Order: sequence, then C-alpha cells, then structure tokens
Amino acid sequence: MAVSQMIGARIQRREDPRLITGHGRFIEDRTLPGMVHLAVVRSPHPHARIVSIDTAAAGAAPGVLAVLTAKEFHTVLSGTMPVAPAFAPDKKYVPPRFPIAEQEVCFQGEPVAVVVASERALAADAVDLVHVEYEPLPAIVDPEAAMHPGSVKAHTDGPDNIGWDTTFAGGDIEAAFAKAEVRVKERILQQRLAPTSMETRGVLAQYSPFDERLTIWLGSQNPHFIRFFVSMSMGMPESAVRVVAEDVGGGFGGKISPYPEDYLVPAAAKLLGRPVRWIETRTESIQTTTHGRGQVFEAEVAARRDGTLLGLRLTQVLDLGAYHGTFGAFQACAGLMAGGVYRWEAVEARSVGVLTNKVPTDPYRGAGRPEATHVCERMVDRLAQELGMDPAELRRRNFAREFPFTNNFGLVYDSGNYDGTLDRALELADYPALRERQAEARRAGRLVGIGISTWVEICGFGPAAPTAGATGGIALVESAQVRVLPTGSASVFVGTQAQGQGHDTTFAQIVADTLGMPLETIELRHGDTAEGTGFGCGTYGSRSLSVGGMAVQQAAVKVREKARQLAAHLLEADPDDLVFEQGRFAVQGSPATGKSIQEVALAAYGGSLPSGMEHGLEAVSYFDPSNWVWPFGAHVCLVEVDPETGAVRIEQYVGVDDCGTVINPMIVEGQVQGGVAQAIAQALYEEVVYDGESGQLLTGTLLDYLVPTMNEIPDMTLDRTVTPSPVNPLGVKGIGEAGTIAATPAVINAVCDALSPLGIHHVDMPASPDRLWRLMQEARP
Amino acid sequence: MRVPAAFEYERAESVPHALALLARHGSEARVVAGGHSLLPMMKLRLAQPACLIDINGLTGLSYIREEAGQLRLGAMTRHAELLASALAARHFPLLGDAERVIADPIVRNRGTIGGSLCQADPAEDLSAAFAAAKALAVIEGGGGIRTVPIAEFHRGPYETAVAPDELLTEVRLPIRPGAGSAYEKVERRVGDWAIAAVGAVVWLEGDVVQDVGIGLAAVGAPHFHAAEAEAALRGRAPDAAAIAAAAALAAEHARPTADQRGPVDYKRHLVGELTGRALRRAVARARGREG
Repeated sequence: MAVSQMIGARIQRREDPRLITGHGRFIEDRTLPGMVHLAVVRSPHPHARIVSIDTAAAGAAPGVLAVLTAKEFHTVLSGTMPVAPAFAPDKKYVPPRFPIAEQEVCFQGEPVAVVVASERALAADAVDLVHVEYEPLPAIVDPEAAMHPGSVKAHTDGPDNIGWDTTFAGGDIEAAFAKAEVRVKERILQQRLAPTSMETRGVLAQYSPFDERLTIWLGSQNPHFIRFFVSMSMGMPESAVRVVAEDVGGGFGGKISPYPEDYLVPAAAKLLGRPVRWIETRTESIQTTTHGRGQVFEAEVAARRDGTLLGLRLTQVLDLGAYHGTFGAFQACAGLMAGGVYRWEAVEARSVGVLTNKVPTDPYRGAGRPEATHVCERMVDRLAQELGMDPAELRRRNFAREFPFTNNFGLVYDSGNYDGTLDRALELADYPALRERQAEARRAGRLVGIGISTWVEICGFGPAAPTAGATGGIALVESAQVRVLPTGSASVFVGTQAQGQGHDTTFAQIVADTLGMPLETIELRHGDTAEGTGFGCGTYGSRSLSVGGMAVQQAAVKVREKARQLAAHLLEADPDDLVFEQGRFAVQGSPATGKSIQEVALAAYGGSLPSGMEHGLEAVSYFDPSNWVWPFGAHVCLVEVDPETGAVRIEQYVGVDDCGTVINPMIVEGQVQGGVAQAIAQALYEEVVYDGESGQLLTGTLLDYLVPTMNEIPDMTLDRTVTPSPVNPLGVKGIGEAGTIAATPAVINAVCDALSPLGIHHVDMPASPDRLWRLMQEARP
Repeated sequence: MRVPAAFEYERAESVPHALALLARHGSEARVVAGGHSLLPMMKLRLAQPACLIDINGLTGLSYIREEAGQLRLGAMTRHAELLASALAARHFPLLGDAERVIADPIVRNRGTIGGSLCQADPAEDLSAAFAAAKALAVIEGGGGIRTVPIAEFHRGPYETAVAPDELLTEVRLPIRPGAGSAYEKVERRVGDWAIAAVGAVVWLEGDVVQDVGIGLAAVGAPHFHAAEAEAALRGRAPDAAAIAAAAALAAEHARPTADQRGPVDYKRHLVGELTGRALRRAVARARGREG
C-alpha cells in the first residue's frame, strides 16, 4: 500500500474479516488439554441466611471432580473485592464482599458453591444436586424505600442501606433560585439496564504448581486491573500472573470490574491442579453481570421568563444493588455534568448511593453522563414547554460559548461549538418543515413529536492526579510500546483493550502516519499482560484514543526521532537537515540522498551505530493528558405515537457530533450508530425488572429483556463538525459513548412533545406501549 | 449456552415410523420439528423429555396446495414458506400478515406450522389466524386419520387434541367465496409474542357478512376464538357501527391476564381496537380494496 495520509482515512476495520467469518478468538473457542468445567450454584433468594450446604450428592454425581464452597476458597483467596473511591470517596457503608457467599446471600444469583466436572453438561446436572438450606430474610428492592430509617436492611449486619450521601455544590443555589421567575420540577427515572454483550462473560484459568504461575484468559475490558486484583487476592506476585483477553465480544461497561468468577475459576484451577473453564449462560449474564443506570432523579430548574437559566438543583438516588460495584460511584458524576452545555448561575447535586437486594450496578456505556444529559435535556424541554418557547431557541439562549469553559464545579470544557452542531442538525432535519409537518398531523388528530438533545460529555480519563485518587492509587494514564523489527515492520503494544472499538485499525493508522509505514506492516497487540507495557487501564469511558492513542503517537514519535539520529549518521548529515516524508529521511536540498525507515530499522540492529547509541528501534511512552476531553453534539428525533395502541415509531433521526479530529470516519459513524441504537433501547425497550415484593428477577431471558433488533432501529442521518481538542497533539476526543449519551433525551423529548397536546409533560423510560397508553388514558377527559 | 438435561434421540423416517416411535416411547417423548419452542424450554430445563423424536426428515409433510376446495398446509411447512406463498396470500392474506410478525427470519426459516399449533402457546399467532379461518386439523395415529375442527383442537394452554401417540399432519382452510382477511398485532418489539393480536376473516355476500371468523391471541380467549363478536356481526352489513359492536364484544369477552407485556385493561382495549382494525381491513380486502 502506498503511504499517504492515514489519519482521517475511511479505512475498513482490519479486525473484521476475522470476526465476521467466525474466526474470532473468544473464551469458549479456547480449550486446554485436561481442561474441566465449572458451574456455579447460585442463590435463588434475593436475601437469605445460609443454614447449611450439603455437597454429598453433587460430589458423587458422574464426572464431578469437586464441589467447592467458601470454606475451600478461603484457603487460596483472601481479602474482599475492591471498591474504588470514584466520585464518592466518603462512603458511609461498604459491605465487605468475598467472591462467594458464606453466611448470607444478598441478591438472587450470588454464588454459593461451585461444581467442577469433566463435562459442562455434567457440571450443570450436578448443580441441581447441591442442597443448600436457606432461611429466607426480608428483601429490600426499592432504593427510595431503602433510604428510610427503619427500612429492611440489604445486609443484616449493616447499619442501614446508605452507601454514600454526597452533595456537590456549584455556586450559590439559594441565590439563583431566589431570582427565579419560573420554576419547573420533575421526577425522572433511569431504569436498570443489563449490558447484554453478545459474548457473555467467561473465564479460563491454568495454574502451574511447578513454577507457581497462573494464566487467566477472560473476556475483559481491563486485563491489567484484573491481574492487579486477582494476584493480590491469591497472594501471588503480580508478575507470576498473566491475564489474557483476546477478542472480547462486547463489554459496554459490564466487563470493567472484577467479578466473583474472576477469582473463583483461578482458585479452583489452583485447588484442583487442572485447567478450569467457566462460561456464563445468558440467564446468568442478565442475573449477575453488573447492571447499569438504576437511578431516580428529582430535579428543579429556576429560570427567568426570557428563558435565561439560573439554577439547577437535583438529587440522584442510585440503586447500588447488594454491594458497591468496583467503579459504581463513577456514576455519581451525573451531578457534576447535569448542567450540560449551558451557563448556570448555580448547580447543586446530591448523590445518594443505596444498597438493595439486587445485583450490583456499575458503569454502563456512558455511566453517569447519559443520566446527566437526560435530566438536563428533559428539564430544558420542560422549561421550554412552560415558557411556550421553541426548545431550540431556549437552548441557544443558554449555550456556553467561551472556551475553555469552566462549569459550576470547576470542570474545564476544553473546546466546543454548540451552535455549530445544533445548527447543522436542524438544517439536516429541516426543522421548520418538521414543525409544519407536526402542525398538520396535529390538526388531523395524530400524535407527532420532535425531540432535541444537545449534549456534552466528560471523557478521556486521565488525567493522572484526579484519577489516581478516584481509583484508589492507579492513575488512568496509558502507555504504549512501539517496536520496529529489523525488516521494517512494527509491533505496537498498548494497555487499552478493544471490545469492538476498532483499535487494531485506528491505532495502526496513527503509527502509519507517524512512521511513514504501510498499514499492513503494523501489528497492534493488546489484552495480554505478559506483553508490552507495565500497566494498562483498559477501554471504557471513551478514553482509549485520547489517552492510549496519544501514548501510541508519542512512542512512535520517539522511534522516529531515534531513526532520524541513525539516518543522519548513515547519511553523514546533520539530523536537523533531514526531512521525513512518506517513510523516508532525505537530506534537505538533495532529495535523492535518503534512507527509508526500513533501511534505518535494519541498520538499528546492525554493526554501524553511532557511538553512544543503543541497538534496536523501539520506544515506550506514557501519556498523561492535562485535562479531560469534551465531545459534544446535537441530535434531533421525530416520532409518531399511535393514540390507541401506544406504539412509538421513530420516523426520522439526525445526529451531528463533534469528537475533534477524526482518525477514521467509518469507525466514528459505527460507534455513533451503535450508541444511538443502545440509547433507543433504553428509551423505548429495555428494563431489568425485579418483583417489588419477592425480589425475583422477572426479566431473566432475552424474551423478557427486550434488546431491540435492527427492525426497531431507524436509519440515521449522521454528520459531524470538527473542533479539535487542545488537550492532546492530535486534537482528538472520544466517541464510544456519544450516541448513548445523546439519544435517550432526543427520543423521550420527541415522545413527550408528541403527547403534549394531551397535557402530558413527562414520560419515563422505557416508553413502552402500555405505559404510554396508560398516560394517555389518564390524560383524556 | 444453557445445557439441557440428558435425553434420547430418535429420527423418524416416515409418518408410520414416527407413530411407531411415539407408541414405543410413550408420553415421555416429545416430537421436535423446528425446535424453536421446545429447545429453549429444554435448555432452561422447563421441559425435560426423556426422548426427542425428530420429524425433520418427513419432507412429505411440507407443502402448500389447493385441493378439494381447501387450502392445505402440510404440518412440516416452515413459516418462511407460508410467508412466501402466493397461493396462501391469494386466499388468506391474514396468513401473510401474521407470518410477517411471527418471531424473526431465523426462527421462521426453521419453525413449522404444525409445531406452532401443537406447542399451543396462548400467544401463538397462527392459532388465532387458523381460528379465524375456521381451519381443520388432520391428526394421524395408530387408529387412522381423524379431522378435528380448530375450535376443538386447542384444549387449553399448551394442550391440544393430539394424543401422545398421534401426529398432526395437515391443516386445512376451507376456501369460500367473498372472503377477505387480515391480522393485526401489537408487540413490544419485532419478534416478541403479541401483547394482543386479532385475526379476522369475513365472507361477504353482497353487502352482508355471510360468515365471519375472529381469532384472538394472547388474551385468554377460549380456543383463540371470539364467538360472541362473530355472532353479532354475522348476517349484518359490515358498517362502522356493526364493526364497533363486534369489537366491543370481543374486548368484553376476552380474558387477558396482566404480565410484563401489559395490564389487563390495556390488553382488553387492544382487543377492541385491533378487532376493529382487522375487520375493517378484511372487509376492504373482500371488496377488492387492499386495506
């Protein structure tokens, strides 16, 4: 391939031929000689005391090698599962969690015992033979009820159910509300969601007793963190544990934190001296992989009659589930971001994390930022309705326009042009024509609505100082190693871990441009802690490009500069007199005299190095960004609601986003499309439902948990503006979560707009047919 | 992937062979056709048959033809084949309406007409469509062949007139003049079971409804059948008032239960609304105007 400009090129994903032809390498594709299978015995109760566990019958079942309980696991595992400070460092109550329950189970699906058998089916059969005697305890399901003093406690030993109660004060909220000419108030729900990655979780572990080494293969967004935590729990040197995540079939946040099985499977491998594999079933996935969202917001806006926003006051009640998710408190950032793209005199946000007898919640695509955007954009629409003002006009009146923009909590938005994305989105949607179409439909008695969402997010985690505090010590920087081999191809090692983001392609594009090498000669390696960089923080929070990608670029620059020194030596020229273009160093003024990067690479392993230069052509670089990056955009949605059935149809969808410099437009579009689809899923379809009384999960299969299909997802008109970030040399931001952050309020604002002639002001998610019908019934005279 | 409990497996080579296998294995055996209902239930261990008798080799039971004034569907006809059939669409467009909203293309490629009917899920779309069309079920057993009106085929949820040693082999839909038909369904997501669904067939004679069939899915109607609504419309002109009256009766007599798909009053409302919509489209089609 001819080398030209790779950054910005619409290149097909290099990983796709393997993935779409069934040649991916997922956990279930990997087997080892002598491998045995683990199945988990789980609590059927949301809350119960374990009276006894009788493993005799299961232990005697065909093919069963062992039935293990907490007692056995205590011989190889120690400590409790980690909980990061994140945005709620002052926690009130953190129930300790060992990977397997001992005396009390606190959510349905909590592990109680494991069975290891020669065949997967035999392990599954034996699970039914483990007899656990439970004494059921009262369960608490509703987080708001769980806040009351005297509520049933999620843990019998706990003081109460309050995990944290933190208030972020951004300005003088009382003064802002005192000036209010108009106030609107709303209660806004964020239902629980199941991440539902196509590949469920899975763990394969092999322990070698001879050299005391452990290898764990698992589907993870975060292999270095898993090694960090599991090695500590098993009392092993971090260097003696290797964690490998090969292809990962989706994560969406559900594969960031360590899970019980991440400890139990390696521990079982050590106890039994056999490779052990566990593959999560779909039911287990919905039941035990951390859920996202699960929040209730009370929000109030103070404004002037002319539409000037003054104050925003909100409370976030966050349903933690039975234990704190490792990064569960990350979601408290919703309060810090609730002001959105607008100027406010003051914003005040209280966040209360509440324990309940359900599976823990943890980050899910967007994590706190979709919630912030949904609250903010719903409230702005409510205010527009109250004032009788066009919602686009109200937004424009309050946009932040001076960048860097410091929000009420001191967070500094790096760059933005909110008018630019809104103008373009309204132009693409032909907003005046949509409003005319709506007026005409309304005259015919039809319910047509237009929803707008203008959004901003904080992403690109880094920077080191605040993130080290948030994780409890590890800074979310990224490193990369670029190694050019003698024949001129390159291996690039990174600490991020793609699960569909296309890093094999985009990171290689960066190296190709920096080193002037053909794309196909650049190999990207990630997911194996035995290779490359000392530590990597994984892929989530739209951070990989703006942190990891920048480390790649910096490392490649270091390599290039060493190559320049060597080329100068070979050409007997001054390094400063060399120009580097299309993979070749040439002497300025005499372009015929030059050395290609490949020639320089061979020389780097040869015998004619300048004195003082070490052999090889490789470099390691760590990148610590000076700030977060702040992508933004504007989405517009047109819906029609069937007045009799309550069914919603999305008639048109427009999204204009800005993620700074674009490395690969095709991948950016794919990320936005997938993100919008996932947001439509929340707006209209998906909801994890527990029975309010019994605490039983009612949506345990994909027949009940409604992941939408391509039939539900409309064609989208997508476009972008480019406002580079000043935070990194390439000017990049992030795009992985953008669609998910932008789209739920666009859809729900459209549904609310459609129903507004009936006097309906707010609709909670999912806006299912029966929910909308009920609202319409109640609204009709 | 979930793991089903252990089971025996037999592959039938012919209808008599299938019947012999059924006789040998008794009521612990289950027939598997497309398997899209049975296998998920087995993986969840809600069904644990001792033996599966696979009838996918009985290709002779896969056909759609017009014979003796009837549209005849072999029990092993796949949903996708029924959806693609011009013959079926010409006589009973409600079959195409229904097939378009049954599950998804992957399930329709494999799932069978006979399997759907014998599964007898209370939300099964084809059961309602066949109830509206006043179909006949052909059942074969050791004692020979018998024909059962569809209204007597379903005995209750997951229960049919097919005895453990019998096999459903064919469904017959009588072809009568003046027919028009339509199927209306509200679902939460494409491929989901209905919240409520209504199939309607009208046979017009001039301006009068000579006969009418109304089938309801997912709303607790006995035998998927709205008998009271049919009786109210039969012999009348299908004007707005008559259709509204029939729709109201269908809603009144439905017995939906509350579940994840919706509360009782909503489902009852849908029965009325969808009965009206299905009847209006059926009448329009009977009059040669695509509705």
